[in-house]
Amino acid sequence: MFKKILIANRGEIAVRVIRACHEMGISAVAVYSDVDRASLHVRNAEEAYPIGAPAASESYLNIQKILDVAARSGADAIHPGYGFLSENAQFARACTDAGIKFIGPTAAAMDAMGSKTKARQAMERAGVPIVPGTSSGLESCDQAEEVAARIGYPVMLKAAAGGGGKGMRLVQAREDLKSALEGARSEAQRSFGDGEVYIEKAIINPRHIEMQVLADEHGNTVYLGERECSLQRRHQKVVEEAPSPIVDADMRRRMGEVAVRVAQAAGYTNAGTVEFLVGQSKTDQSEIGQSGKEQQRNFYFLEMNTRLQVEHPVTELVTGLDLVHLQIRIAAGECLPFTQDEVQIRGHAIECRIYAEDPDNNYFPSPGKITLLLQPSGPGIRRDSGVYEGWTVPMDYDPLLAKLIGYGADREQAMSRLTRALNEYFVGGIKTNISLFRRILNDPDFRGAKIDTGFLDRLLKRKEDTSADEEAAEVAAIAAGLFAALDARIANGSKGATDTSSNWKAAARREAMR
Amino acid sequence: MTYDITIDGKHYRLDLNRADGVWSCLVDGREVEVDAVLVRPDVLSLRIGNLAYEVKCERVAGEMHLWVGSQRFAAEVRDPRSFRGRVRALDEQGPRKLTAPMPGKIVRVLVSQGAEVEAGAGVLVVEAMKMQNEIKSPKKGTIQKILVSEGAAVNAGDILAIVE
Repeated sequence: MFKKILIANRGEIAVRVIRACHEMGISAVAVYSDVDRASLHVRNAEEAYPIGAPAASESYLNIQKILDVAARSGADAIHPGYGFLSENAQFARACTDAGIKFIGPTAAAMDAMGSKTKARQAMERAGVPIVPGTSSGLESCDQAEEVAARIGYPVMLKAAAGGGGKGMRLVQAREDLKSALEGARSEAQRSFGDGEVYIEKAIINPRHIEMQVLADEHGNTVYLGERECSLQRRHQKVVEEAPSPIVDADMRRRMGEVAVRVAQAAGYTNAGTVEFLVGQSKTDQSEIGQSGKEQQRNFYFLEMNTRLQVEHPVTELVTGLDLVHLQIRIAAGECLPFTQDEVQIRGHAIECRIYAEDPDNNYFPSPGKITLLLQPSGPGIRRDSGVYEGWTVPMDYDPLLAKLIGYGADREQAMSRLTRALNEYFVGGIKTNISLFRRILNDPDFRGAKIDTGFLDRLLKRKEDTSADEEAAEVAAIAAGLFAALDARIANGSKGATDTSSNWKAAARREAMR
Repeated sequence: MTYDITIDGKHYRLDLNRADGVWSCLVDGREVEVDAVLVRPDVLSLRIGNLAYEVKCERVAGEMHLWVGSQRFAAEVRDPRSFRGRVRALDEQGPRKLTAPMPGKIVRVLVSQGAEVEAGAGVLVVEAMKMQNEIKSPKKGTIQKILVSEGAAVNAGDILAIVE
């Protein structure tokens, strides 16, 4: 087993991996950019090394700097988390060349799956169903128009190296194709350093369901059940759950077996996710949840994510497995400690991605200082967080603050626990999307599991019911006065210094306010 | 102590006094039984009668918001004896400032000084956290001034342009 692991990441996922290291008696090495010195992952690690300027290209994406830290610290493995270098085959190869184990698939498997076009080619050969379109990058706008005419509009343009909705464009008609192609290409070039873009038929409002797979380095591959990830905005997942309300045991087995075939075709090792699009059948609208008629449901291979997913906790909760532990054990050369038959799905888990975003400003990122943080806990609640009160969320990275996951015996209980926990959650000083999850969890369609990738846009188009609660408004008025009165007391009592340096004074003040 | 309080645009007059550790409270002249404990800075445990509430106070850039449960209220407190109790007049006619909603970088300036813009037209693009946000003109008019250039780093609240 490894003695020391370098975590080439930041935020909640770095904290998550550091925790797994500590649970396994492994020492954790953090790296941080100039704006992340005070970040939680630096506080939690045994060793921490600065790696440069805030821009990711100068720090978290800089392969040489990270390998230098690995050498200096004597780390024997690197966990890349998700994002940044996690799906970078060049990085995986450089780790191997430097004699450091990369915790993830081999560079060759990443090359095969990391590029969406190559993955589509491999899947065609393996006989896995794929969405109609091209399986190589578009050479010209003329070619794009020709293919689009053949498969029919609307079409989707996608970056071969893509992820997170970057370099992706939905095109409704021919006249929009040219500018969309240019936009997708330049965004892909900026985001991934690779402007390759391909085209596929857009499936309107599909469900997005993905299958977790795990493969050791001895030829054993298993699937760990699906995650329903249909709740998206700007092609970014917002809520994920396991199991999917529309997947029954038979469909799970069929999808799982395809996913295992996909992984094996790529010579895949470690944790990975095979994403599928599931079309809406006619029976869906009225009879969701009623199995029996759903044998005909079609699913198409979308892509394989060659890394740990953000939403891995929902799978962990319903399988009782720890995916990061397993990733580390597999990378250390161990065999999978269980067989497919031993994998059991139990209960239901739902994850909310808590982002620093402003709901009143079209969910635009809202970095800044967290002045007040009250966090939920209690039965069935898991919180994977990368923040703390008093910390300033930097503007330089993804705005994910934390993941809140509710677990219950069934979907109903998972939803009610999550709703309860969201009401306990408070983040002050910056804007977050917590209120959005209250709306989602209250929505009859969500509660009835009638969800697809268009759900969130439809929800956001509807005006939120903001009819002011008179009673709560009066409570707010009374509280406003009390805060003002208490502030005045503090100001008068200590000559305007509201920040106290003495616990005695603070205690006396609390007494005075009682 | 008397306060003029505005909660989401609605006015309340609050008389708050404290004697022997007990608050007396009049809301618009009506007596309300109140018991308050500041459990930590910005968090007030409030009993009104026997109903219990936890109210959180959020202060960002001079604005105050109060959370009662999951409801958020914009709050303004004026102490009639204080000189600060002035109400800002919202002037739709005069020049309007476009401010940065968050810290970030100016990636594009879409119009030039002196240009005519419609209400809702994009004026600048600010990037933060890998996302681009178009700052739109709040009114139809002329761009009187552009105060930043492409590539400039800005803080929340910085004035970016003025439209008249």
